[in-house]
Amino acid sequence: MGAFLKLLFRNRLAGFGAVVLGAIIVLALITPWLPLHPPNATVTANRFLLPGTPGHLLGTDHLGRDQLSRLLWGTRLSLAVGFAAAVIAGVVGAAIGIIAGYFGGRTDNVTMRGVDMLMAFPYILLALAIVAALGPGLMNALIAVAVVNIPFFARNIRGITVGIANKEFIDAARLSGMGHTRILLTEVLPNVIPVIVIAMSTTIGWMILETAGLSFLGLGSQPPQADLGSMLGEARSAMITAPHTSIVPGVMILLIVMSINLLGDGVRDALDPRLRSGALTRPLPATQVARKSVPEVPAKPGLLEIDALETQFHVGKRVYRAVGGVSLELKPGECLGLIGESGSGKSVTALSVMGLVASPPGVITGGAVRLEGRDLVGAKYERLRSLRGDKVAYIFQDPLSTLHPLYRVGDQLAEAILSHHGIGRAAAMERAVKLLEDVRIPNAKARARSFPHELSGGMRQRVAIAMALANEPDIIIADEPTTALDVTVQAQILALLDRLRRERDVAILFITHDFGVVGQLCDRVAVMYAGRIVEQGPTREVLEAPAHPYTKRLIACVPELGEGRRVLAAIPGLPPAVDALPEGCAFAPRCEKATDACRAGEIALESHGGRKLRCIHPEPAPVEESA
Amino acid sequence: MSIALKATDLSKTFEIGKRLIGPPRGLVRAVHPTTFEVQAGETLGIVGESGCGKSTLARMLVGLEPPTGGSIEIEGKALDNADPAAFGRLIQYVFQDPVSSLNPRKTIREILEIPLKLLHGMDRKARAARIAEIFEAVNLRPEFLTRYPHEFSGGQAQRIGIARALAANARILILDEPVSALDVSVQAQVLNLLADLKREFGLTYLFISHDLAVVESVSDRIAVLYFGAVVEQGPAEKVFAMPRHPYTKLLADSAPRVGQPLGGVQSGELPDPLNPPPGCAFAGRCPKATDLCRKERPELRVIEGDQLAACHHPL
Repeated sequence: MGAFLKLLFRNRLAGFGAVVLGAIIVLALITPWLPLHPPNATVTANRFLLPGTPGHLLGTDHLGRDQLSRLLWGTRLSLAVGFAAAVIAGVVGAAIGIIAGYFGGRTDNVTMRGVDMLMAFPYILLALAIVAALGPGLMNALIAVAVVNIPFFARNIRGITVGIANKEFIDAARLSGMGHTRILLTEVLPNVIPVIVIAMSTTIGWMILETAGLSFLGLGSQPPQADLGSMLGEARSAMITAPHTSIVPGVMILLIVMSINLLGDGVRDALDPRLRSGALTRPLPATQVARKSVPEVPAKPGLLEIDALETQFHVGKRVYRAVGGVSLELKPGECLGLIGESGSGKSVTALSVMGLVASPPGVITGGAVRLEGRDLVGAKYERLRSLRGDKVAYIFQDPLSTLHPLYRVGDQLAEAILSHHGIGRAAAMERAVKLLEDVRIPNAKARARSFPHELSGGMRQRVAIAMALANEPDIIIADEPTTALDVTVQAQILALLDRLRRERDVAILFITHDFGVVGQLCDRVAVMYAGRIVEQGPTREVLEAPAHPYTKRLIACVPELGEGRRVLAAIPGLPPAVDALPEGCAFAPRCEKATDACRAGEIALESHGGRKLRCIHPEPAPVEESA
Repeated sequence: MSIALKATDLSKTFEIGKRLIGPPRGLVRAVHPTTFEVQAGETLGIVGESGCGKSTLARMLVGLEPPTGGSIEIEGKALDNADPAAFGRLIQYVFQDPVSSLNPRKTIREILEIPLKLLHGMDRKARAARIAEIFEAVNLRPEFLTRYPHEFSGGQAQRIGIARALAANARILILDEPVSALDVSVQAQVLNLLADLKREFGLTYLFISHDLAVVESVSDRIAVLYFGAVVEQGPAEKVFAMPRHPYTKLLADSAPRVGQPLGGVQSGELPDPLNPPPGCAFAGRCPKATDLCRKERPELRVIEGDQLAACHHPL
């Protein structure tokens, strides 16, 4: 609650709204005890006294009634009616929405079509019709305003409920023996209440305005009872001769509605978890760089060298060390596998290469990434942009979210080509079709006119690969490109990547968590744990004789096809959180060979021939079986 | 051995593009008439790719989805979920996504108490004792009980999901991709826990997964699903080692294995569910397909011993 208020008041406008509204509400609440004239006492001798007249601070109206007294009593009434209407509309609308969204099918169809019909009328017309049917009066105006606003709540809450009703915890509740009523009340409702509250806080202002509108037309509060709308209505005839009688209630309506709307927006922003995590902060075009020193450039530069790269996420006071000094190099035509569990920093390493880590919160705090000897970390955005997709291309896990849903795949491919080569639209389109043929998409010409949702997962990933190939890059960084695919499709995609790299001499950095995939595709493999490389070497050697205990146990705990039923050698515990890394080896708490030396001080990544290892108690090399 | 779970000609058809009045725009057969049995104490693995109907099948077995045709028998009695309390004591379900299967606004204790209260009518003291017992069985620390689901990692949340299924004290568990959302090192922990629990409480599992190696490592028997129908069924050690259906062979060859060259590469995709082919659904991708396959749908039949396949030209 304290955090919520802090968040709310950080938004200055919302804070201002809260203060103004608070003051108005307090005034309305204490009105009966204030030393005021009776609001309905007419003294015709004192008609249209100006504000500031002794005894009548805001003057008097056409019947000589005290304006201040009428204003406060009227505000009290208008607020009460507005809140009551909002609560009624909120409760009834939410009930309709929850029931329609939860039961779905015919219930949903029938109720929501009814709600649609209600929405099809202009609201003021509908309110007038209701009041006309029920007769004028404040109570009837309240009912009319509430009814008119029910569809808004019903639609809003139904949408949220549909999302919740399809969640697995609802199914679980059903299997735990709950009936529909109990599920609605204890499982669905608590998850919907925040939305109801937000919707109410943003609509109360409207409701007060609508009630005032009906009273202004003479359909709401009846004379002599004052509310803001009726005060305005009665003052209308004297608008020119005695403008203060209209201005006083008008300003109050303005203040109330404005403060409620400002506060309501503030409440919505403070409660929305996406906004809280900073989704509205615009990411920078390239990752921020804050390096203390730059590593020296070696004499013989390779194709791609990642040198002691450190990438961190700075969230509030916490520092997440996602990548803690990773060095890798990639030769032309080579496939390097980067393997690790989620949170090990493998994707962040890959994204850091082209400065694609979202900033804020991402910051590259050390190391270098050299493409043909030239450092990319801290390079100008224009240079990065010209290289992205041209020299270095990416393939991501989920092709449905990387392809734009509203453009045909051929056009997207052509755009990728045109952004680097000005060869003309027709030529680019021709090349796009050729690319689709290269990735073995049958009937490429027709497929180029498809939208992403019309293609299967495997076909979409082929399009993503075609896009990566569009500008004949030297390097493809593939971040779990087959994880979302079925095994038969995965095999097709892996074969395609393997063929492409042999035919075109493209270097691939292949990120995965699957040893089987690495074993089939990669020449070398690097194993990551808690932001660092723990072992690196030729794939075959590492897989057959893993030297780091983590590699060995990770391989052992993956079941392999053809070994039948068995007990798996699980690794106890969990990987450490990267904002609280232990001293020394990060794997030590889960390692059965760990000694005190493992938990104290830095353990270096040492080279042994073609292999590298970060461990002081390596696994013994397996004994040769036959001489 | 007694039969824990039996499905006879179980099928499900979804209506696509429902209208307020009039027939729907199309029909999709998610599950073709399927017959199988699970013996008490057995683990039946169900394997298949996305869209093959394995989750629909599982949801029908626990009454979350009404079948279009056929019947389900649980421990010898026809499925009857009119009384949710009685039904929940027979069969339980463990969900794929451990975090979304827990209500974000309830503490773990509140979540675990529901089945104890509603299915077994336990009082507060009995509930506390039982929860402590279950928590011990799934290796979770008792201080977790007062926390909320978002505070847990995937592996811990899946243990809580399993604890909830155990709380119902049902003898049959449907495990729908229980480890797919977990990291490999955590996946092994959960698989071993499931094996231990099965031994300790004499449970019967129906284990659904798309990961062939995982299914093979936990199952006694395996059924392979393709396009809504069982195409092969047999003992776990034989299904992938000696496949009888060409689709099973394609699956086994496609599974990435260290040291095996990139294989099983075959073009082709699933047929259009709105417009299914008349004969064998796999015929379009099958190297052995003949005119017979394209005309006539093969029935599941015994190929040799305990291996069954739905194929005109079994391997």
